[in-house]
Amino acid sequence: MTDPTPRDHLVSALVRDEPRVLTRITSLFGRRGYNIRSLSVGSTEHPGVSRMTFVVTGDRGVVEQAMRQLEKLHDVIRIIDHSLEKYVDRELVLVKVAITPESRVEVRQIAEDFRARIVDVGRHALTFEVTGDEGKITAFIEQMRPFGILETMRTGRVALTRGSNADIPAHVYHEGETQALKPAVEGIEPREEKARGVPNLF
Amino acid sequence: MTQGDMTGAKALWATLVGHGITTVFGYPGGAIMPVYDALTFYPEMRHILARHEQGAIHAAEGWAKATGEIGVCLATSGPGATNLVTGLADAMMDSVPLLAITGNVARHLMGTDAFQEADITGITLPITKHNYVVRDVEELPQVIAEAIRIARSGRPGPVLVDIPKDIQLAAYQGEIATPHARPEAPAPAPEALERARELLRSAKKPVIMVGGGALDAAAEVTALARAWDIPVITTLMGLGAFPSSDPLWLGMPGMHGSVAANRAISEADVLLGIGLRFDDRVTGRVNGFAPNAAIIHVELDAAEIGKIVRTHVPVRGDARVAARLLTEGAQNLDLPEWKAQIEEWKTRTQRPDHWGAAYGVQAVVERLGPDDILSSDVGQHQMLAAQLARFERPRRWLNSGGLGTMGFGFPAAIGAALAEPGVRSVVIAGDGGFQMTAQELATLKMYDIRNVKICIVNNSYLGMVRQWQEMFHGRRYSEVWLGDSNPDFLKLADAYDVPGYRASSAEELPAAIDAWLADPKSALLEIVVPHEHAVFPMVPAGAALSEMLEAEPPRTAQPVSQKEAKDA
Repeated sequence: MTDPTPRDHLVSALVRDEPRVLTRITSLFGRRGYNIRSLSVGSTEHPGVSRMTFVVTGDRGVVEQAMRQLEKLHDVIRIIDHSLEKYVDRELVLVKVAITPESRVEVRQIAEDFRARIVDVGRHALTFEVTGDEGKITAFIEQMRPFGILETMRTGRVALTRGSNADIPAHVYHEGETQALKPAVEGIEPREEKARGVPNLF
Repeated sequence: MTQGDMTGAKALWATLVGHGITTVFGYPGGAIMPVYDALTFYPEMRHILARHEQGAIHAAEGWAKATGEIGVCLATSGPGATNLVTGLADAMMDSVPLLAITGNVARHLMGTDAFQEADITGITLPITKHNYVVRDVEELPQVIAEAIRIARSGRPGPVLVDIPKDIQLAAYQGEIATPHARPEAPAPAPEALERARELLRSAKKPVIMVGGGALDAAAEVTALARAWDIPVITTLMGLGAFPSSDPLWLGMPGMHGSVAANRAISEADVLLGIGLRFDDRVTGRVNGFAPNAAIIHVELDAAEIGKIVRTHVPVRGDARVAARLLTEGAQNLDLPEWKAQIEEWKTRTQRPDHWGAAYGVQAVVERLGPDDILSSDVGQHQMLAAQLARFERPRRWLNSGGLGTMGFGFPAAIGAALAEPGVRSVVIAGDGGFQMTAQELATLKMYDIRNVKICIVNNSYLGMVRQWQEMFHGRRYSEVWLGDSNPDFLKLADAYDVPGYRASSAEELPAAIDAWLADPKSALLEIVVPHEHAVFPMVPAGAALSEMLEAEPPRTAQPVSQKEAKDA
């Protein structure tokens, strides 16, 4: 059965790079009361296509409902549900940590342990860049907290499916009589089954 | 401008003509004047001038609901566009294929708070299936063609195209877009169909529930139900998808549904839903809905499956295809006990036998032929019409089911009357709702439309709100009394040269209906009924269908209102 425990789900969307596409998506989340914890958007290797990664909080049913509502939007080409397969995800964070002559060495040592890079040096603060999964970033911030964090900025998580399969094959972009992109009409992918726990009958 | 110079505005009309659009409903204004100017070069296009943009869009909805084809409406920028909002929301809720075209200020003025500028694509984003701002004249015909495809394909819905004025005026060099092919609906998974058949075969108390998504699958659904010999419930939106004359028909489910439909759902062991979304007015309290049933849900929109009720067998696909496939391998289930039980429930819904709103509505709907179109506004008369009218075929019942838009009925009946001039287009409205779009009487007059028959059930109250105040608010009638300020509806009709008839008693009614229907022109019938009529059966909000009140409980509180206090 559907897991009723609220937790974070990682979902990506390939969308047409049209005006208001971000508004359409965030408005849908807002209207239906779905909770986005983070959202990051960027262009892809295909002109006219952007990729978004969301972290949606909710039980499995809420997240599935959100994905199906998203799929109905004309500008959404495909939804990728990362909880159904292996994926790599990363987040980048900039952290400005207060330093004193006494703490400087220790702060730098911790940063080195996390493979954080110093991107800015001030008299009373160092700014670090850290990439990694959520656990690593949270741990880094916790380690730095006692020294005094002045400010942070996180990009939100981004993700790609592992392996050599692209989430959207190139022919999807170039098939047909026009350059116009084809909407993802195939519906729910068979891999849904794994998460739903019931046979996928769509 | 001459015939030879192709502009954005002309390309718009040429594209609409090329898509087989014959009639549009609209209202001109500053930012859409080039489109109206170009219209004069397209005599094959009929434009119906409404008296308010809301009238235009509901008429376009009426056209679409009656024909199943796309309805088209037009408005100017700013207030013209915002007046379409209610109709767009209505069409979104009821999955009506609709194209709304709005003018906007020229591109260099957009975003400057120019005169009559409104961000209509922003405003309508959550109430359209998709919307566009045309930013380049070269893409205009393609956008229109794509908008029409989106509105009609899959689960239909409204699409808005906003065209800045300078684009309407710009010279256009390209081709005129031709209609897109309609995409094939996804075929239901064979495994799902087999599981559905297995469930049906094992059923002892099965019931089929049919919604608005099955209106174009009426023949297939009828064959399916008869082959398996399973009783059929049609929702408010699905009335007509199964013939009412068939003994298998149980009526409408939900808040004001029939005793048989609601009891059958509550007792069923298998419920096959086709083309419906389990609206809260249908389900009542969700955890009390069909508590013993395994639910098979046939639906084109995957997002509706599992949205409200837990579904045991999801069947994603077109209702027509799915119903045809489920008929294959059918066996007559032969369930005499279940059918006897249902027959007993059927006897518990009584036809009205004394004077009142229900009596009046019944007398009117009884006179309709199978091809007549019945529209309704929203409120008590709507529920009474849905309970009492009998439909033998789909798309003869037009009402605002999802959004519940007062003012919908009359303009929708005009749209349907124009789509099918040979058919009687009857609208039942209340005294409240009729006044929300009464200005469209002028549209009847302007185009000499002769096949609209308006029936106003006048109880001098906003009756449905009053009924709730009676039942749930201690009979405190707050702001629902219209009696002292209602117009003389016959005089109002007369002002537009629409003949009027009135009946205030059961004795007067037959002759008034005769005269009203026999009048060669569109005509208005006012049925004056007692003030405090309530619609029953009723499932109170928050109750399960099994907790329905089959008849009106005795009144306990004293009425509190301007009117009743005065009378007391």
